[in-house]
Amino acid sequence: MPSSAYDPACLPDLLPLYYRRLFPFAQYYRWLNYGGVQKNYFQNREFSFTLKDDIYVRYQSFSSQSELEKEMQKMNPYKIDIGAVYSHRPNQHNTVKSGSFQALEKELVFDIDMTDYDDVRSCCSAADICSKCWTLMTIAIRILDRALRRDFGFHHLLWVYSGRRGVHCWVCDEAARKLSAAARSAVAEYLSLIKGGEETVKKVMLTDPIHPFIRESLEVVKHYFPQYALQDQNILGRKESEEKVLALVPEDVKKELQEIFQEERNPERRWRHIEVQAKKKQQTAKKRQYFEKEIMLQYCYPRLDVNVSKGVNHLLKSPFSVHPKTGRISVPIDLTDVDKFDPFAVPTISLICEELDRPKADEDEAKSEDTKGKENEQDSTEKRKIRDYKRTSLAKYVKYFDQFLAGMADSWKGKLLKQSDLQKEF
Amino acid sequence: MQFPSKKPKAVTDLKAELYSQPLQFYGQPPLENISLSEFESFAVDRLKLLKTVENLGVSYVKLSDDYKKKLDNEIKTQNFPHGAGEQTEKRRKDHISHFILRLAYCQTEDLRRWFIQQEVDLFKYRFKELECGEKLKFLHKNNLQYNTISAEEKDNLREKLATSSYTASGVKVEEQDFYKVPFQDALDLVRTRKVYLEEGYVYIPHNEIVTIVLNDFRTRLSKALALTARSLPAVHSDERLQPLLTHLSHSYLGQDYSVQKNVGKISLEQIDSLAGKSFPLCMRQLHQTLRDQHHLRHGGRMQYGLFLKGIGLSLEQALQFWRMEFIRGKVDADKFDKAYAYSIRHMFGKEGKRADYTPYSCMKVILSNPPSQGDYHGCPFRHSDPELLKQKLQSYKVSPSGVSQILELVKGMHYQLACQKYFELTHNVEDTAFSLSHPNQYFTESQKVLGGGKDVKRETDTLQRPQENSAARGLTREPAGDESQHLAEITKNLETDFQDA
Repeated sequence: MPSSAYDPACLPDLLPLYYRRLFPFAQYYRWLNYGGVQKNYFQNREFSFTLKDDIYVRYQSFSSQSELEKEMQKMNPYKIDIGAVYSHRPNQHNTVKSGSFQALEKELVFDIDMTDYDDVRSCCSAADICSKCWTLMTIAIRILDRALRRDFGFHHLLWVYSGRRGVHCWVCDEAARKLSAAARSAVAEYLSLIKGGEETVKKVMLTDPIHPFIRESLEVVKHYFPQYALQDQNILGRKESEEKVLALVPEDVKKELQEIFQEERNPERRWRHIEVQAKKKQQTAKKRQYFEKEIMLQYCYPRLDVNVSKGVNHLLKSPFSVHPKTGRISVPIDLTDVDKFDPFAVPTISLICEELDRPKADEDEAKSEDTKGKENEQDSTEKRKIRDYKRTSLAKYVKYFDQFLAGMADSWKGKLLKQSDLQKEF
Repeated sequence: MQFPSKKPKAVTDLKAELYSQPLQFYGQPPLENISLSEFESFAVDRLKLLKTVENLGVSYVKLSDDYKKKLDNEIKTQNFPHGAGEQTEKRRKDHISHFILRLAYCQTEDLRRWFIQQEVDLFKYRFKELECGEKLKFLHKNNLQYNTISAEEKDNLREKLATSSYTASGVKVEEQDFYKVPFQDALDLVRTRKVYLEEGYVYIPHNEIVTIVLNDFRTRLSKALALTARSLPAVHSDERLQPLLTHLSHSYLGQDYSVQKNVGKISLEQIDSLAGKSFPLCMRQLHQTLRDQHHLRHGGRMQYGLFLKGIGLSLEQALQFWRMEFIRGKVDADKFDKAYAYSIRHMFGKEGKRADYTPYSCMKVILSNPPSQGDYHGCPFRHSDPELLKQKLQSYKVSPSGVSQILELVKGMHYQLACQKYFELTHNVEDTAFSLSHPNQYFTESQKVLGGGKDVKRETDTLQRPQENSAARGLTREPAGDESQHLAEITKNLETDFQDA
């Protein structure tokens, strides 16, 4: 079924089914427990739930996977947010002396939201997205993923579709989880090039020499720019968008370009004129001019919501949470094929619940297995749940998540070994 | 904190050792007895110094010549150590006063942040002033050793190192040592992209080493303050110190405009006219946007909402004000009550941890949470394109010469002075007697000038002598060109005022 079949009114009926039979609790717990390397890491983690009628419950915490399962199945949250790992159990935060209850660690997170690009996309605005502007998210993922790995040396990055109009990144390396608020904001600022609000026209200013990070990012942008900006968004094709571009070039160049544009209508050739002018200017001007690069960046460079990244205690929507407006599941994105990721192909909760009801070929086999395995009921319900999601279009996204977890597991195995070695020594 | 000394014999040795260096990391607390009056005077002097550091940081480019000159002056006036030579007494004062302020400034996040920022700036200035040999001595003494990279590694990275820093050109890379440290140790360089970063390590040219030292200083100070906060109850039980410390920590921001003297003195109908007359540009801009778009994003709601609270809106008024405006836009009343009313009650300390939030100061508006896409908050002098600022000022009838004066100040990064100039021009006063540091201060001062300070409600029907006088004075110093236009403006204002009366 296409996602249009999703009706927000059905959510109360679908959520119990989703949390009972489809939500990948095992993997989810495995992720947030981080191999049990640090004590109480899962137990001191804050979850917050949004319930029906926007009732917001903060400081939930759970002692084990089964408690998490039970509570989620009981409360059936419309939305799940993940917060920090605290010094005490969050659900007991009122019982400890104020001041000593503190957020200690959290993944380094990034939130990129399409609404922040409204001044540079003409296809949609606000919460709407289409396949044209989704390229902006692809560019954002490519640029940030490269920088976080190569520049900052992080390895365990989980990219997640937010369910509506953006993407989130969870940097899960131990070093990232331990970063101070100051360090988080420094990383976020290193990665931010777009500066200024509604009262700023030119939002990118490059200084000489161009930092290697910006050069690398420009390479990514250059790859997408002709198709995305010149073709899809047609930024040089219409009068008002053309003026917006010309507002970003120096006054004298602007006049010259305006004259050229009188004759030249083709967007690619127009862009080539801008590049030619930039080159010319670079040779004559005393101060280096990079306006063509600045235009490209202003139109394509990722726009981070830095406040989300800065705070250790900032909440962010959890992977596999449902987006209540679209019904889409917040799913991990396969980085090996990020260009092909299609937000409109992400399953909605109604779709996967429907898929559950469809009879499957191996159903009979499963049944016979179920009856003989009576002795270990816990085990069999677990198995059934695994088979359940495998029958739906959620399966491939859980697989990405599994792959991500496998990578993480290697790192904490090393950690655990080291720890036990140390213990032997003493 | 152990001010009472336990080992008097060791003190003299320690003192000589402690004060042999012009600069220290404040690793050891002072162990001697001091008198209460010395305690107080040391603390007050350092506070004055730190306030100067703060003010200079806003009005001047940090470490520019003017900044250095003014700061050096203040250090001399307040009797803190400067330059080389024998200054044991001054160094002692530096040491002790630092630790006293730690006690006063460890209690809340806000206080800690302010204190750390000023101490770091001061330290930076003093470290930079050290001679090369002294710097090395300092590093050595504090065990600050960093790994340099090999010639080979440098060769491989030459291109990248050269394009990563403002100072090091291709030639210089060879001459300089580069240090390789984890990026967490040089956050200020990472933030501004002034270094090359690879696999989590930054490569720092020798002349930027101050950044790592500062980073270290900041981290230590921040940890120390957290520790001090924990042992504070013991200090607070001393009834001689407690009021003194409280007093010290209260004086850091000047007035915080949180005191609700004037609650209910403003009616919602007045806001539009007040916005035009007495709001600083930042608030006028937010008000305008709110009226036009019936919405403000979070940053704007906080900055403007707390300002309104500061000028005297009650919680009920604030809720009514925001609701009225928001439901004209895309938000219906139900959504407003669910999604926005909470944060307004929160501002007034009625939700969450029930902190009574104070209106933002200019420093906060200028330095923290800069506006991004869709935002209208921030300081218009800091966060607007000069061209847009110019247009806006023109549309608010600021004379061309005034506009250029303001833009000149903006160019020199004197944002608060630019705002003050805007105040002078729009209120026709010459040389305001205050130094602007808070949007609510702007409002109060404006009301004073306009004669509405005592009773805002009657502000439209009173015509004040001082205003007339200052208007006349304002005229005489206006350049001839726009005099007639200006005169027309004023006459018109006077006329309406008379009619109202």
